[in-house]
Amino acid sequence: MEWIEKQRNVLDFTLSSILRRKSKNIALFVVFTAMVFLLASVLFFTGAIKKEASQLLRAAPEIVVQRMQAGRHTLMPLTAVDTISAIRGVSKVEGRLWGYYFDPVVGANYTLIAVKDALPGTMVIGNGISRARGLYKDDMMTFRTYLGDNTAFMVSEILSAESELVSSDLMLISEQDFRNLFGMKEGLVTDLSVTVKNSRELATIAQKIADILPDTRPIIRDEILRTYEGAFDWRSGIMVVLLSGSVLAFVIFAWDKGSGLSAEERREIGILKAIGWETSDVLLMKFWEGAVISLSSFLVGITLAYLHVFFASSVLFGPALKGWSVLYPHFRLTPAIDFYQVSALFILTVMPYITATILPSWRASTIDPDAIMRS
Amino acid sequence: MIRKSGAFILFLASCIVVFCFTLLHAYLLHDKSIDKIALSKGLVRDLALTDLCIFTEARYTRHPSMADLHTPFQDHPTAMEHFPSGSLLQPPAHLQSHGMD
Repeated sequence: MEWIEKQRNVLDFTLSSILRRKSKNIALFVVFTAMVFLLASVLFFTGAIKKEASQLLRAAPEIVVQRMQAGRHTLMPLTAVDTISAIRGVSKVEGRLWGYYFDPVVGANYTLIAVKDALPGTMVIGNGISRARGLYKDDMMTFRTYLGDNTAFMVSEILSAESELVSSDLMLISEQDFRNLFGMKEGLVTDLSVTVKNSRELATIAQKIADILPDTRPIIRDEILRTYEGAFDWRSGIMVVLLSGSVLAFVIFAWDKGSGLSAEERREIGILKAIGWETSDVLLMKFWEGAVISLSSFLVGITLAYLHVFFASSVLFGPALKGWSVLYPHFRLTPAIDFYQVSALFILTVMPYITATILPSWRASTIDPDAIMRS
Repeated sequence: MIRKSGAFILFLASCIVVFCFTLLHAYLLHDKSIDKIALSKGLVRDLALTDLCIFTEARYTRHPSMADLHTPFQDHPTAMEHFPSGSLLQPPAHLQSHGMD
Protein backbone atom coordinates (compact mmCIF):
# COMPACT_ATOMS: atom_id res chain seq x y z
CA MET A 1 0.00 0.00 0.00
CA GLU A 2 2.84 2.29 0.92
CA TRP A 3 4.57 1.44 -2.35
CA ILE A 4 1.42 2.30 -4.35
CA GLU A 5 1.03 5.58 -2.47
CA LYS A 6 4.65 6.47 -3.24
CA GLN A 7 4.13 5.72 -6.94
CA ARG A 8 1.00 7.88 -6.97
CA ASN A 9 2.82 10.74 -5.28
CA VAL A 10 5.64 10.57 -7.82
CA LEU A 11 3.08 10.31 -10.63
CA ASP A 12 1.26 13.39 -9.28
CA PHE A 13 4.52 15.31 -9.28
CA THR A 14 5.43 14.03 -12.77
CA LEU A 15 2.08 15.05 -14.21
CA SER A 16 2.45 18.55 -12.71
CA SER A 17 5.92 18.72 -14.23
CA ILE A 18 4.57 17.61 -17.65
CA LEU A 19 1.76 20.19 -17.46
CA ARG A 20 4.30 22.96 -16.69
CA ARG A 21 5.85 22.23 -20.14
CA LYS A 22 2.42 21.75 -21.68
CA SER A 23 2.97 22.83 -25.30
CA LYS A 24 6.21 20.85 -25.70
CA ASN A 25 4.68 17.68 -24.28
CA ILE A 26 1.42 18.03 -26.21
CA ALA A 27 3.48 18.35 -29.43
CA LEU A 28 5.40 15.23 -28.46
CA PHE A 29 2.19 13.32 -27.66
CA VAL A 30 0.67 14.30 -31.03
CA VAL A 31 3.78 13.30 -33.02
CA PHE A 32 4.20 10.06 -31.05
CA THR A 33 0.52 9.17 -31.53
CA ALA A 34 0.68 9.97 -35.25
CA MET A 35 3.74 7.75 -35.63
CA VAL A 36 2.14 4.80 -33.84
CA PHE A 37 -1.08 5.41 -35.80
CA LEU A 38 0.71 5.28 -39.17
CA LEU A 39 2.81 2.23 -38.38
CA ALA A 40 -0.10 0.37 -36.78
CA SER A 41 -2.38 1.26 -39.72
CA VAL A 42 0.14 -0.27 -42.14
CA LEU A 43 0.48 -3.36 -39.92
CA PHE A 44 -3.28 -3.81 -39.53
CA PHE A 45 -4.00 -3.23 -43.21
CA THR A 46 -1.29 -5.52 -44.55
CA GLY A 47 -2.04 -8.21 -41.95
CA ALA A 48 -5.76 -8.18 -42.75
CA ILE A 49 -5.43 -8.10 -46.54
CA LYS A 50 -2.78 -10.82 -46.52
CA LYS A 51 -4.98 -13.04 -44.38
CA GLU A 52 -8.06 -12.40 -46.55
CA ALA A 53 -6.04 -13.01 -49.73
CA SER A 54 -4.72 -16.31 -48.42
CA GLN A 55 -8.22 -17.43 -47.39
CA LEU A 56 -9.82 -16.48 -50.71
CA LEU A 57 -7.09 -17.58 -53.08
CA ARG A 58 -6.90 -21.01 -51.51
CA ALA A 59 -9.84 -21.69 -53.86
CA ALA A 60 -7.88 -20.51 -56.93
CA PRO A 61 -6.96 -23.03 -59.67
CA GLU A 62 -4.22 -25.45 -58.60
CA ILE A 63 -2.23 -24.81 -61.75
CA VAL A 64 -2.76 -22.15 -64.43
CA VAL A 65 -0.99 -22.87 -67.70
CA GLN A 66 -0.27 -19.95 -69.98
CA ARG A 67 1.35 -19.96 -73.40
CA MET A 68 4.20 -17.54 -74.00
CA GLN A 69 5.28 -16.21 -77.38
CA ALA A 70 8.04 -13.65 -77.88
CA GLY A 71 8.01 -12.88 -74.18
CA ARG A 72 4.30 -12.20 -74.05
CA HIS A 73 1.33 -14.18 -72.89
CA THR A 74 -0.56 -15.46 -75.91
CA LEU A 75 -3.66 -17.56 -76.62
CA MET A 76 -3.60 -21.27 -75.84
CA PRO A 77 -4.86 -23.86 -78.39
CA LEU A 78 -7.45 -26.23 -76.90
CA THR A 79 -5.39 -29.19 -78.19
CA ALA A 80 -3.21 -28.64 -75.11
CA VAL A 81 -6.15 -29.81 -72.98
CA ASP A 82 -5.71 -33.37 -74.26
CA THR A 83 -1.92 -33.22 -73.95
CA ILE A 84 -2.11 -32.13 -70.30
CA SER A 85 -5.00 -34.48 -69.45
CA ALA A 86 -2.78 -37.39 -70.53
CA ILE A 87 -0.28 -36.63 -67.74
CA ARG A 88 -0.68 -39.11 -64.89
CA GLY A 89 -2.15 -37.43 -61.81
CA VAL A 90 -4.12 -34.73 -63.67
CA SER A 91 -7.85 -34.96 -62.93
CA LYS A 92 -9.32 -32.02 -64.85
CA VAL A 93 -8.17 -29.46 -67.43
CA GLU A 94 -10.41 -26.57 -68.39
CA GLY A 95 -9.91 -23.63 -70.70
CA ARG A 96 -10.33 -20.18 -69.19
CA LEU A 97 -11.62 -17.47 -71.48
CA TRP A 98 -10.97 -14.05 -70.05
CA GLY A 99 -9.61 -10.65 -71.04
CA TYR A 100 -9.81 -6.93 -70.46
CA TYR A 101 -12.08 -4.26 -71.87
CA PHE A 102 -11.27 -0.57 -71.61
CA ASP A 103 -14.36 1.53 -71.15
CA PRO A 104 -13.65 5.00 -72.58
CA VAL A 105 -16.79 6.46 -70.95
CA VAL A 106 -15.35 6.29 -67.44
CA GLY A 107 -11.75 5.41 -68.35
CA ALA A 108 -11.84 2.13 -66.45
CA ASN A 109 -10.62 -1.38 -67.25
CA TYR A 110 -12.99 -4.28 -66.78
CA THR A 111 -12.12 -7.97 -66.54
CA LEU A 112 -14.39 -9.99 -68.84
CA ILE A 113 -14.84 -13.69 -68.19
CA ALA A 114 -16.78 -16.15 -70.34
CA VAL A 115 -18.98 -18.41 -68.23
CA LYS A 116 -20.95 -21.45 -69.33
CA ASP A 117 -24.30 -20.60 -67.77
CA ALA A 118 -24.59 -17.00 -69.08
CA LEU A 119 -27.36 -16.28 -71.57
CA PRO A 120 -26.22 -14.63 -74.84
CA GLY A 121 -26.80 -10.86 -74.78
CA THR A 122 -26.78 -10.68 -71.01
CA MET A 123 -24.05 -10.03 -68.48
CA VAL A 124 -23.46 -10.26 -64.76
CA ILE A 125 -21.40 -7.33 -63.46
CA GLY A 126 -19.37 -6.60 -60.36
CA ASN A 127 -20.56 -4.02 -57.89
CA GLY A 128 -17.67 -1.68 -58.79
CA ILE A 129 -18.83 -1.48 -62.42
CA SER A 130 -22.40 -0.92 -61.29
CA ARG A 131 -21.21 2.00 -59.14
CA ALA A 132 -18.86 3.48 -61.77
CA ARG A 133 -21.34 3.30 -64.65
CA GLY A 134 -24.57 3.66 -62.71
CA LEU A 135 -25.77 0.34 -64.14
CA TYR A 136 -28.46 -1.72 -62.46
CA LYS A 137 -30.43 -4.86 -63.27
CA ASP A 138 -32.06 -4.78 -66.75
CA ASP A 139 -29.99 -1.77 -67.85
CA MET A 140 -28.15 -1.99 -71.18
CA MET A 141 -24.47 -1.28 -71.78
CA THR A 142 -22.92 -0.87 -75.20
CA PHE A 143 -19.54 -2.37 -76.13
CA ARG A 144 -17.34 -1.76 -79.13
CA THR A 145 -16.36 -5.04 -80.79
CA TYR A 146 -13.00 -5.78 -82.44
CA LEU A 147 -14.60 -4.82 -85.78
CA GLY A 148 -15.67 -1.41 -84.48
CA ASP A 149 -19.37 -2.30 -84.32
CA ASN A 150 -21.47 -1.63 -81.29
CA THR A 151 -23.09 -4.43 -79.37
CA ALA A 152 -25.26 -4.14 -76.27
CA PHE A 153 -25.60 -6.39 -73.25
CA MET A 154 -28.30 -6.37 -70.64
CA VAL A 155 -27.37 -6.53 -66.96
CA SER A 156 -29.00 -9.69 -65.62
CA GLU A 157 -27.44 -9.60 -62.17
CA ILE A 158 -25.05 -7.60 -60.01
CA LEU A 159 -22.53 -9.55 -57.97
CA SER A 160 -22.77 -9.10 -54.24
CA ALA A 161 -21.06 -6.06 -52.71
CA GLU A 162 -19.58 -8.35 -50.07
CA SER A 163 -17.47 -10.12 -52.68
CA GLU A 164 -16.05 -6.89 -54.12
CA LEU A 165 -12.48 -7.72 -53.15
CA VAL A 166 -12.48 -10.37 -55.89
CA SER A 167 -15.34 -9.28 -58.15
CA SER A 168 -15.51 -5.49 -58.31
CA ASP A 169 -14.47 -5.18 -61.99
CA LEU A 170 -15.80 -8.50 -63.25
CA MET A 171 -18.13 -8.83 -66.19
CA LEU A 172 -19.45 -12.32 -66.87
CA ILE A 173 -20.76 -13.01 -70.38
CA SER A 174 -21.44 -16.06 -72.53
CA GLU A 175 -18.61 -17.75 -74.42
CA GLN A 176 -20.10 -16.85 -77.80
CA ASP A 177 -20.49 -13.20 -76.85
CA PHE A 178 -16.88 -13.17 -75.62
CA ARG A 179 -15.58 -14.58 -78.90
CA ASN A 180 -17.72 -12.19 -80.95
CA LEU A 181 -16.60 -9.20 -78.89
CA PHE A 182 -12.86 -9.85 -79.16
CA GLY A 183 -12.71 -11.83 -82.41
CA MET A 184 -11.26 -14.85 -80.66
CA LYS A 185 -11.40 -17.95 -82.83
CA GLU A 186 -12.93 -21.26 -81.70
CA GLY A 187 -10.29 -23.66 -80.48
CA LEU A 188 -8.36 -20.96 -78.64
CA VAL A 189 -8.62 -19.99 -74.98
CA THR A 190 -6.80 -17.46 -72.81
CA ASP A 191 -5.18 -20.09 -70.60
CA LEU A 192 -5.88 -23.40 -68.89
CA SER A 193 -6.70 -24.30 -65.31
CA VAL A 194 -5.50 -27.69 -64.18
CA THR A 195 -6.73 -29.73 -61.23
CA VAL A 196 -4.62 -32.59 -59.92
CA LYS A 197 -5.56 -35.66 -57.91
CA ASN A 198 -2.90 -35.30 -55.25
CA SER A 199 -1.89 -31.76 -54.28
CA ARG A 200 1.56 -32.99 -53.21
CA GLU A 201 2.28 -33.74 -56.86
CA LEU A 202 1.60 -30.16 -57.99
CA ALA A 203 5.23 -29.20 -58.52
CA THR A 204 6.03 -32.46 -60.36
CA ILE A 205 3.03 -32.11 -62.67
CA ALA A 206 3.86 -28.44 -63.30
CA GLN A 207 7.38 -29.50 -64.29
CA LYS A 208 5.99 -32.19 -66.62
CA ILE A 209 3.70 -29.64 -68.30
CA ALA A 210 6.67 -27.31 -68.83
CA ASP A 211 8.68 -30.20 -70.30
CA ILE A 212 5.92 -31.43 -72.65
CA LEU A 213 4.82 -27.93 -73.69
CA PRO A 214 8.03 -25.86 -73.61
CA ASP A 215 6.31 -22.68 -74.81
CA THR A 216 4.03 -22.62 -71.75
CA ARG A 217 4.54 -21.61 -68.16
CA PRO A 218 2.64 -23.27 -65.36
CA ILE A 219 1.77 -21.09 -62.34
CA ILE A 220 0.94 -23.12 -59.26
CA ARG A 221 -1.43 -21.98 -56.51
CA ASP A 222 1.31 -21.69 -53.93
CA GLU A 223 3.01 -19.13 -56.14
CA ILE A 224 -0.22 -17.14 -56.38
CA LEU A 225 -0.51 -17.23 -52.58
CA ARG A 226 3.13 -16.23 -52.15
CA THR A 227 2.64 -13.34 -54.58
CA TYR A 228 0.00 -11.91 -52.26
CA GLU A 229 2.02 -12.81 -49.19
CA GLY A 230 4.83 -10.68 -50.58
CA ALA A 231 2.76 -8.04 -52.36
CA PHE A 232 1.72 -6.29 -49.20
CA ASP A 233 4.69 -7.15 -47.11
CA TRP A 234 5.10 -4.13 -44.88
CA ARG A 235 8.83 -4.09 -45.43
CA SER A 236 8.35 -3.54 -49.13
CA GLY A 237 6.93 -0.83 -51.25
CA ILE A 238 6.55 2.88 -51.33
CA MET A 239 4.50 3.05 -48.14
CA VAL A 240 7.41 2.02 -45.97
CA VAL A 241 9.81 4.21 -47.93
CA LEU A 242 7.54 7.16 -47.20
CA LEU A 243 7.02 6.08 -43.60
CA SER A 244 10.71 5.50 -42.94
CA GLY A 245 11.32 9.24 -43.40
CA SER A 246 8.66 10.01 -40.79
CA VAL A 247 10.03 7.30 -38.47
CA LEU A 248 13.53 8.78 -38.68
CA ALA A 249 12.17 12.29 -38.05
CA PHE A 250 10.29 10.95 -35.04
CA VAL A 251 13.34 9.12 -33.69
CA ILE A 252 15.41 12.32 -33.91
CA PHE A 253 12.61 14.37 -32.33
CA ALA A 254 11.99 11.88 -29.53
CA TRP A 255 15.68 11.36 -28.89
CA ASP A 256 16.27 15.09 -28.73
CA LYS A 257 13.31 15.61 -26.41
CA GLY A 258 14.00 12.54 -24.29
CA SER A 259 17.77 12.67 -24.02
CA GLY A 260 18.59 16.36 -24.12
CA LEU A 261 17.65 17.75 -20.75
CA SER A 262 16.83 21.44 -20.82
CA ALA A 263 18.41 23.82 -18.32
CA GLU A 264 15.05 24.01 -16.55
CA GLU A 265 14.85 20.22 -16.24
CA ARG A 266 18.44 19.99 -14.94
CA ARG A 267 17.67 22.70 -12.36
CA GLU A 268 14.53 20.79 -11.36
CA ILE A 269 16.60 17.64 -10.75
CA GLY A 270 19.15 19.70 -8.77
CA ILE A 271 16.44 21.18 -6.54
CA LEU A 272 14.82 17.78 -5.97
CA LYS A 273 18.17 16.31 -4.98
CA ALA A 274 18.87 19.29 -2.72
CA ILE A 275 15.56 18.86 -0.85
CA GLY A 276 16.28 15.22 -0.21
CA TRP A 277 15.13 13.18 -3.21
CA GLU A 278 17.21 10.07 -3.81
CA THR A 279 18.66 9.32 -7.26
CA SER A 280 16.21 6.39 -7.46
CA ASP A 281 13.28 8.79 -6.84
CA VAL A 282 14.45 11.05 -9.66
CA LEU A 283 14.76 8.05 -11.98
CA LEU A 284 11.30 6.87 -10.92
CA MET A 285 9.89 10.29 -11.78
CA LYS A 286 11.62 10.21 -15.19
CA PHE A 287 10.35 6.67 -15.78
CA TRP A 288 6.80 7.87 -15.15
CA GLU A 289 7.37 10.87 -17.41
CA GLY A 290 8.41 8.57 -20.27
CA ALA A 291 5.65 6.10 -19.50
CA VAL A 292 2.89 8.75 -19.37
CA ILE A 293 3.76 10.10 -22.82
CA SER A 294 4.63 6.84 -24.56
CA LEU A 295 1.91 4.61 -23.09
CA SER A 296 -0.84 7.16 -23.75
CA SER A 297 0.42 7.77 -27.29
CA PHE A 298 0.72 4.05 -28.00
CA LEU A 299 -2.78 3.21 -26.79
CA VAL A 300 -4.43 6.19 -28.51
CA GLY A 301 -2.41 5.64 -31.73
CA ILE A 302 -3.14 1.93 -32.00
CA THR A 303 -6.87 2.40 -31.29
CA LEU A 304 -7.11 5.17 -33.91
CA ALA A 305 -5.27 2.91 -36.38
CA TYR A 306 -7.82 0.13 -35.78
CA LEU A 307 -10.71 2.54 -36.35
CA HIS A 308 -9.00 3.93 -39.46
CA VAL A 309 -8.39 0.55 -41.10
CA PHE A 310 -11.46 -1.44 -40.08
CA PHE A 311 -14.14 1.25 -39.69
CA ALA A 312 -13.02 3.95 -42.15
CA SER A 313 -11.67 1.46 -44.77
CA SER A 314 -8.13 2.93 -44.61
CA VAL A 315 -9.30 6.27 -45.95
CA LEU A 316 -5.87 7.88 -45.56
CA PHE A 317 -4.14 5.14 -47.58
CA GLY A 318 -6.84 5.32 -50.25
CA PRO A 319 -5.04 7.71 -52.60
CA ALA A 320 -1.86 5.58 -52.46
CA LEU A 321 -3.68 2.29 -52.87
CA LYS A 322 -5.99 3.47 -55.62
CA GLY A 323 -3.05 4.16 -57.89
CA TRP A 324 -4.32 5.48 -61.18
CA SER A 325 -7.30 3.23 -61.43
CA VAL A 326 -10.76 4.62 -61.89
CA LEU A 327 -12.57 1.58 -60.66
CA TYR A 328 -11.63 0.87 -57.10
CA PRO A 329 -13.31 -1.79 -55.00
CA HIS A 330 -15.07 -0.73 -51.81
CA PHE A 331 -14.23 -3.42 -49.31
CA ARG A 332 -14.17 -3.66 -45.57
CA LEU A 333 -11.42 -5.94 -44.36
CA THR A 334 -12.01 -8.54 -41.69
CA PRO A 335 -9.90 -7.47 -38.69
CA ALA A 336 -6.83 -9.61 -38.16
CA ILE A 337 -4.55 -8.49 -35.34
CA ASP A 338 -1.13 -10.05 -35.17
CA PHE A 339 -0.08 -9.88 -31.50
CA TYR A 340 3.54 -10.47 -32.42
CA GLN A 341 3.54 -7.33 -34.58
CA VAL A 342 1.66 -5.28 -31.98
CA SER A 343 4.18 -6.36 -29.33
CA ALA A 344 7.06 -5.52 -31.68
CA LEU A 345 5.54 -2.08 -32.26
CA PHE A 346 5.18 -1.60 -28.50
CA ILE A 347 8.78 -2.62 -27.85
CA LEU A 348 10.11 -0.48 -30.69
CA THR A 349 8.24 2.68 -29.69
CA VAL A 350 7.51 2.69 -25.95
CA MET A 351 10.68 1.04 -24.61
CA PRO A 352 13.26 3.19 -26.45
CA TYR A 353 11.45 6.36 -25.43
CA ILE A 354 11.37 5.45 -21.75
CA THR A 355 15.06 4.50 -21.91
CA ALA A 356 15.92 7.74 -23.71
CA THR A 357 14.12 9.68 -20.94
CA ILE A 358 15.75 7.88 -18.02
CA LEU A 359 19.39 7.71 -19.15
CA PRO A 360 20.26 11.47 -19.26
CA SER A 361 18.36 12.03 -16.01
CA TRP A 362 20.43 9.32 -14.38
CA ARG A 363 23.56 11.16 -15.49
CA ALA A 364 22.20 14.50 -14.21
CA SER A 365 20.96 13.05 -10.92
CA THR A 366 24.37 11.60 -10.04
CA ILE A 367 26.03 15.05 -10.24
CA ASP A 368 26.25 17.22 -7.18
CA PRO A 369 23.00 19.26 -6.88
CA ASP A 370 24.94 22.42 -6.10
CA ALA A 371 26.90 22.07 -9.36
CA ILE A 372 23.69 21.51 -11.34
CA MET A 373 21.94 24.54 -9.88
CA ARG A 374 24.97 26.79 -10.44
CA SER A 375 25.52 25.61 -14.07
CA MET B 1 -11.14 16.85 -6.15
CA ILE B 2 -9.59 13.93 -8.02
CA ARG B 3 -5.80 13.68 -7.86
CA LYS B 4 -3.82 14.11 -11.08
CA SER B 5 -2.54 10.54 -10.80
CA GLY B 6 -6.11 9.30 -10.37
CA ALA B 7 -7.25 11.17 -13.48
CA PHE B 8 -4.33 9.76 -15.48
CA ILE B 9 -4.94 6.20 -14.30
CA LEU B 10 -8.60 6.64 -15.26
CA PHE B 11 -7.55 7.91 -18.70
CA LEU B 12 -5.11 5.03 -19.19
CA ALA B 13 -7.69 2.49 -18.02
CA SER B 14 -10.28 3.88 -20.44
CA CYS B 15 -7.72 3.69 -23.28
CA ILE B 16 -7.05 0.04 -22.38
CA VAL B 17 -10.79 -0.68 -22.23
CA VAL B 18 -11.32 0.90 -25.69
CA PHE B 19 -8.37 -1.09 -27.05
CA CYS B 20 -9.84 -4.28 -25.56
CA PHE B 21 -13.13 -3.43 -27.27
CA THR B 22 -11.31 -3.33 -30.61
CA LEU B 23 -9.94 -6.82 -29.87
CA LEU B 24 -13.44 -8.00 -28.99
CA HIS B 25 -14.78 -6.37 -32.15
CA ALA B 26 -12.10 -8.16 -34.21
CA TYR B 27 -13.06 -11.46 -32.58
CA LEU B 28 -16.81 -11.00 -33.14
CA LEU B 29 -16.35 -9.80 -36.72
CA HIS B 30 -14.16 -12.79 -37.46
CA ASP B 31 -17.10 -15.10 -36.80
CA LYS B 32 -19.45 -12.93 -38.82
CA SER B 33 -17.04 -12.78 -41.76
CA ILE B 34 -17.13 -16.55 -42.33
CA ASP B 35 -20.19 -16.20 -44.60
CA LYS B 36 -18.62 -13.31 -46.50
CA ILE B 37 -15.40 -15.24 -47.04
CA ALA B 38 -17.36 -18.34 -48.11
CA LEU B 39 -19.31 -16.27 -50.66
CA SER B 40 -16.16 -14.78 -52.18
CA LYS B 41 -14.34 -18.10 -52.03
CA GLY B 42 -17.20 -19.74 -53.94
CA LEU B 43 -16.85 -17.08 -56.62
CA VAL B 44 -13.08 -17.64 -56.80
CA ARG B 45 -13.65 -21.39 -57.19
CA ASP B 46 -16.50 -21.16 -59.72
CA LEU B 47 -14.85 -18.56 -61.94
CA ALA B 48 -11.29 -19.92 -61.45
CA LEU B 49 -10.10 -16.49 -60.31
CA THR B 50 -6.44 -16.01 -59.51
CA ASP B 51 -6.19 -12.48 -58.12
CA LEU B 52 -7.74 -9.87 -55.86
CA CYS B 53 -9.37 -6.89 -57.52
CA ILE B 54 -7.39 -4.05 -55.97
CA PHE B 55 -5.46 -2.18 -58.68
CA THR B 56 -7.43 -2.21 -61.92
CA GLU B 57 -5.40 0.21 -64.01
CA ALA B 58 -2.99 -2.22 -65.73
CA ARG B 59 -3.09 -5.95 -66.42
CA TYR B 60 0.02 -6.68 -64.37
CA THR B 61 -1.43 -4.80 -61.38
CA ARG B 62 -4.91 -6.30 -61.81
CA HIS B 63 -3.51 -9.82 -62.10
CA PRO B 64 -0.03 -9.67 -60.53
CA SER B 65 0.16 -13.44 -60.15
CA MET B 66 -0.23 -13.79 -63.94
CA ALA B 67 2.40 -11.17 -64.78
CA ASP B 68 5.53 -12.06 -66.75
CA LEU B 69 8.93 -10.39 -66.86
CA HIS B 70 7.93 -8.15 -69.76
CA THR B 71 4.57 -6.79 -68.68
CA PRO B 72 5.82 -3.86 -66.59
CA PHE B 73 7.64 -2.56 -69.67
CA GLN B 74 4.43 -2.77 -71.69
CA ASP B 75 5.40 -1.22 -75.02
CA HIS B 76 9.09 -0.48 -74.84
CA PRO B 77 12.01 -2.36 -73.31
CA THR B 78 13.30 0.69 -71.45
CA ALA B 79 9.90 2.24 -70.68
CA MET B 80 9.68 3.51 -67.13
CA GLU B 81 7.12 2.09 -64.74
CA HIS B 82 3.93 3.92 -65.61
CA PHE B 83 1.53 3.08 -62.79
CA PRO B 84 2.15 3.99 -59.13
CA SER B 85 0.68 0.66 -57.99
CA GLY B 86 3.75 -1.01 -59.44
CA SER B 87 5.73 0.61 -56.62
CA LEU B 88 3.47 -0.99 -54.04
CA LEU B 89 3.64 -4.47 -55.48
CA GLN B 90 6.52 -6.88 -55.46
CA PRO B 91 7.19 -9.09 -58.49
CA PRO B 92 5.06 -12.26 -58.42
CA ALA B 93 6.49 -15.27 -56.57
CA HIS B 94 6.90 -17.39 -59.69
CA LEU B 95 9.16 -14.78 -61.27
CA GLN B 96 11.28 -14.58 -58.15
CA SER B 97 11.67 -18.37 -58.01
CA HIS B 98 11.98 -19.26 -61.71
CA GLY B 99 13.72 -16.11 -62.76
CA MET B 100 13.32 -16.40 -66.51
CA ASP B 101 9.65 -17.06 -67.27
